[in-house]
Amino acid sequence: MSTEDQNDPTRPPKAWFDMGGDLAGAVVPEEHDYALWEKRVDALVMLSQKKGFFTVDGLRRALEDMGPDAFERLSYYERWVAALRRNLVEAGVLTPEELATRMEEIRARGATYGDVSAGATDG
Amino acid sequence: MPHDHAPHPYRPDQDGPLTEAQVTEIAIRELLIEKGITTASEVTAEVEAMDARSPAQGARVIARAWTDADFKARLLADGTAACEELGIEMGTLKLVALENTETTHNVIVCTLCSCYPRNLLGLPPDWYKSRAYRSRTVKEPRAVLREFGTRLPDKMAVRVHDSTADMRYLVIPSRPEGSDTLTEDALAALVTRDGMIGVTQL
Repeated sequence: MSTEDQNDPTRPPKAWFDMGGDLAGAVVPEEHDYALWEKRVDALVMLSQKKGFFTVDGLRRALEDMGPDAFERLSYYERWVAALRRNLVEAGVLTPEELATRMEEIRARGATYGDVSAGATDG
Repeated sequence: MPHDHAPHPYRPDQDGPLTEAQVTEIAIRELLIEKGITTASEVTAEVEAMDARSPAQGARVIARAWTDADFKARLLADGTAACEELGIEMGTLKLVALENTETTHNVIVCTLCSCYPRNLLGLPPDWYKSRAYRSRTVKEPRAVLREFGTRLPDKMAVRVHDSTADMRYLVIPSRPEGSDTLTEDALAALVTRDGMIGVTQL
């Protein structure tokens, strides 16, 4: 949908994530090697889908509901982990209470990712 | 190929103080393991499987298409099946291969999110997921391609393909001139990630 189409009052407003055709600046050729926590978020999203807790559409819905501010403010996998969390809570796999309790425990373990995530073993 | 050999810096936050997102990831992972939904080794295996996917997979497909006309025909007819023929696990992904020719150049984008042929190329670069790339590629593709150092003749058509969650694209770049005598492995080494996205030519 072009910018001109947006001025057509008979068309529904375009959603924020439907970016095709929007005005934007130059493409900055940024990339980075993904960190372990980012790869683990990706893995947990893929595993949760394979296990049937949600679909790619459920992931997308959560990402789209976060709105344009989250898109600008948070990194890609920061948004993904929030979408993963929401979908798992909605699926009844995790509760907000147990997540909050565990996150507090994790913060008490140390100051860096390496310090606090090393203890995870098969339960 | 301005981006293929660029350094891949770690973001400054990698070694910094623990972030909310990192704590959330650890909490979800630990709880899923404790509930018996997954295991630490299953998560590790999934990370390793994704790490093993790189543009080298896609390059193998392209080199085969350049050297085997029957394979190329099968790749264009059913991208998913042709990649599986080469032992690449495609899952539920529907892949559509797009052939660059002397008169047509193809480029892929996902305007809605970040859909990418991850089984063939690995995880997408940050710029592919950026607002600028998602917004402008469908509106002014030649200008975007110029930012990647790619200048196409005016008479060459540019086709932009907008990916979806269920359907991903892969560009078959034109085979470089003077590569007639190269082996399939040597040809694969010429194929770049950005060439398979379509932001560069080989």
